[in-house]
Amino acid sequence: MPSPRYWREVPNRFRLEATRCSACGKVNFPARAICPACRGTASEKVTLTREGMVVTSTVLYVAPNEFAMETPYAVAIVETPEGARLMAQLVDCDPADVKPGLPVALEFRLIRQEGHGGILCYGHKAVPAGV
Amino acid sequence: MAGIVGYGAYIPRQRIRAEEIARQWGRDAASIEKGLLLREKSVPGLDEDTITISVAAGRSALERAGIDPQRVGALYIGSESHPYAVKPSGTIVVEALGIGPHVHVADFEFACKAGTEAMFVALGLVESGRVEYAMGIGADTSQGAPNDALEFSASAGGAAYLFGRDALLADVLETFSYTTDTPDFWRREGQFYPRHGGRFTGEPAYFKHVLAASRGILDKSGLKPKDFKYAVFHMPNGKFPLNAGKTLGFTKQQMETGWLVPTMGNTYSGSSPTGLAAVLDVAAPDDLILVTSFGSGAASDSFVLKATALLPERRGRARTVRSMLDHPTRYLTYGQYASYREKIILND
Amino acid sequence: MRDVAIVGVGMTRFGELWEASLRDLFVQAASEALHSARADHLDAVFIGNMSAGQFVGQEHIGPLLVDHLGMAGVAAGRVESACASGGLALRTAFVEVASGMSDLVMAAGVEKMTDAADATEVLATASDQELEAYHGITFPGLYAMIARAHMERHGTTEEDLSWVSVKNHRHGALNPKAQFPAEVTLEDVMRSSMVADPLRLLHCSPVSDGAAAVLLCPLDQAKQYTDRPVRIRASGLATGSMALADRKDISFLDSVQLSAQRAYTMAGLTPADIHLAEVHDCFAIAEICCIEALGLVELGKGRAAARTGETALGGRIPVNTSGGLKSKGHPVGATGIAQAIELCEQLRGEAGARQVKGARIGLAQNMGGSGASSVVHIFEGV
Repeated sequence: MPSPRYWREVPNRFRLEATRCSACGKVNFPARAICPACRGTASEKVTLTREGMVVTSTVLYVAPNEFAMETPYAVAIVETPEGARLMAQLVDCDPADVKPGLPVALEFRLIRQEGHGGILCYGHKAVPAGV
Repeated sequence: MAGIVGYGAYIPRQRIRAEEIARQWGRDAASIEKGLLLREKSVPGLDEDTITISVAAGRSALERAGIDPQRVGALYIGSESHPYAVKPSGTIVVEALGIGPHVHVADFEFACKAGTEAMFVALGLVESGRVEYAMGIGADTSQGAPNDALEFSASAGGAAYLFGRDALLADVLETFSYTTDTPDFWRREGQFYPRHGGRFTGEPAYFKHVLAASRGILDKSGLKPKDFKYAVFHMPNGKFPLNAGKTLGFTKQQMETGWLVPTMGNTYSGSSPTGLAAVLDVAAPDDLILVTSFGSGAASDSFVLKATALLPERRGRARTVRSMLDHPTRYLTYGQYASYREKIILND
Repeated sequence: MRDVAIVGVGMTRFGELWEASLRDLFVQAASEALHSARADHLDAVFIGNMSAGQFVGQEHIGPLLVDHLGMAGVAAGRVESACASGGLALRTAFVEVASGMSDLVMAAGVEKMTDAADATEVLATASDQELEAYHGITFPGLYAMIARAHMERHGTTEEDLSWVSVKNHRHGALNPKAQFPAEVTLEDVMRSSMVADPLRLLHCSPVSDGAAAVLLCPLDQAKQYTDRPVRIRASGLATGSMALADRKDISFLDSVQLSAQRAYTMAGLTPADIHLAEVHDCFAIAEICCIEALGLVELGKGRAAARTGETALGGRIPVNTSGGLKSKGHPVGATGIAQAIELCEQLRGEAGARQVKGARIGLAQNMGGSGASSVVHIFEGV
């Protein structure tokens, strides 16, 4: 992961910064220059609440090399109260318990690292609410 | 005067029992548990480290303080397991907390007392008036070598303290530090596990500094053990803090709220800071609290704090230490533990 | 626009072809196509290939492969749309001929996947890198989420998924070019190891090497090359949201529906006019979603189609008589062209044991990634 490419995404990965389209009200995460719903170009900054609900999910048993030691792990699409959706791993729970509608909290975690010498890449993962 | 305006703690949700580690090495679980007064410890996931623990604790501290993160003028993290050898943990934490860029950041180390060290400096900076708010965090995910005594206790966790001048949750009345050069426990650059001097870590190291700092602060403040409601000492195992407290004249009742090690393990720079958080979770207004840390190398930092009337009102805004300690999500086998703690050799 | 026909076809076997390099695969398929049309020249070549750059470290394969065909100088280029690269190459060639730009054009597809250390990782570059791959999702993982959403919405079961694999292997067993020309039982599929819940190993198309090529010319010149041309009646191309998180309904493939609508409109046909289809079954769930989005079955009825035999040889609308991606193999860039070749053979009456009786109109649907791109072609036997 080249440093500039990682560093550019810090506002959305670290702080869940999104945009709300001024024309149609859709919350886009991460920020978009052009709203995918209405093609509007004016928007205001919005920070997502660090909670949501599982929309759909899966459990990975075969993973890319960088994630091999973490299998099996659950990945889900989570929807926040603002109506934004994001993909995140689901941790600190039995993957079998992950179902649509499960309320979750979003926590800051290490997402990936390149071997023992590359940069550390952080972001958010979901945990079941109240755990 | 300055004091704590917000605090938070985070303990990872996975655990391993001492008896499982004993089973792995063919040791007698009962005598180990009796000798260390420790039953289980927290285990961080592969996705948890000093930085993620600091962010979780820091978020709780900001929630309890109720201030705009942009007003925080300094942030310090003390740890002996900073994820990078060169590149600060603090910068990642400020970005995650929404602090800065007009902020001073530094990483601290001093074995297990790096947390109270960060707290000491944050406090002093606020007292001087140079910044409005400053955060000091102690967090660790330190390692114990396989089949070494420390493997039973080395765990993960941390706590964050936001210092300010107004709307205090706990006033800091006094500080006292006692420092000598004592090679009781160390890790050379490039080594994966620390080494220690066995029994030398006891009398000449832990007890000498904890007792000296605690006696020093009692002297300086004119207070006696019976004046305190709570006492928290660094917890490398269950026995050392109880012995130190008893020697100083504290009772088990005064120590038990902050005595988390039997189920948490030794969170190194997070140890006494997390113990203090557990006390703040229940302390009543005007309760006096003594905290003495210990960091090998060696030194102890002592604090005398007084809970305020605002504390009961604010502490409900974030998770309590007991709610995290008492509700782990799962207990690991030694194999899972070895995998998460990266004790299994992999190719790069 | 001129009417366009396919007048020559050529294809390697699909499989783990250790002895063959990327160049070897292309030359073999392209030579066979040229030979089948007795053609000795080409006006242009468009090559579908997802990622020679990542699989074998080679970019700029348009000129490279045409050079190795002995035709350096010919207009050529690579086109890419992940797993829909072959279909996109076909469309590009179609437009090149239909517009009057060229008279004899090759549309080819090739992929050499078995040299790569981590095919899982290379394939994942077709997903959203910043929003999806960053978090450790894989292709099976994305389709597994689509499967779960489909199960939630329509009651689709793991057994329904497994019948798709059983059907496609039954067809593939009859295809001499297939990677796995053998039947599998329902038990085999349902007991295979879990890859991404609920998708098991035998719900997933394999990693394969292979190449395929077709020759296109204006319909009124077809007689120069063959007695049995196949007319391309329509081409429809569409895109959809890249990230699953941005889709309104994760269980429905919008790009497939849109590409099909464009093709049906261009051809003046409806789904009821289609006799057979080659559909993009990269994972068993994909076939179920695609036949629904193509309108070949009603929404919600896709799950039963393989089990009841509706989409089997002999059924109402045979799907993937070639064996599909599952049994035939899926050298990514080659798949879209291989689909066209199966339909050509069917519409010419040359499909042997796989022949659909009376087949006159066939549809090929080739999809990229988790459905962010789709291209549909409709063919007619002349």
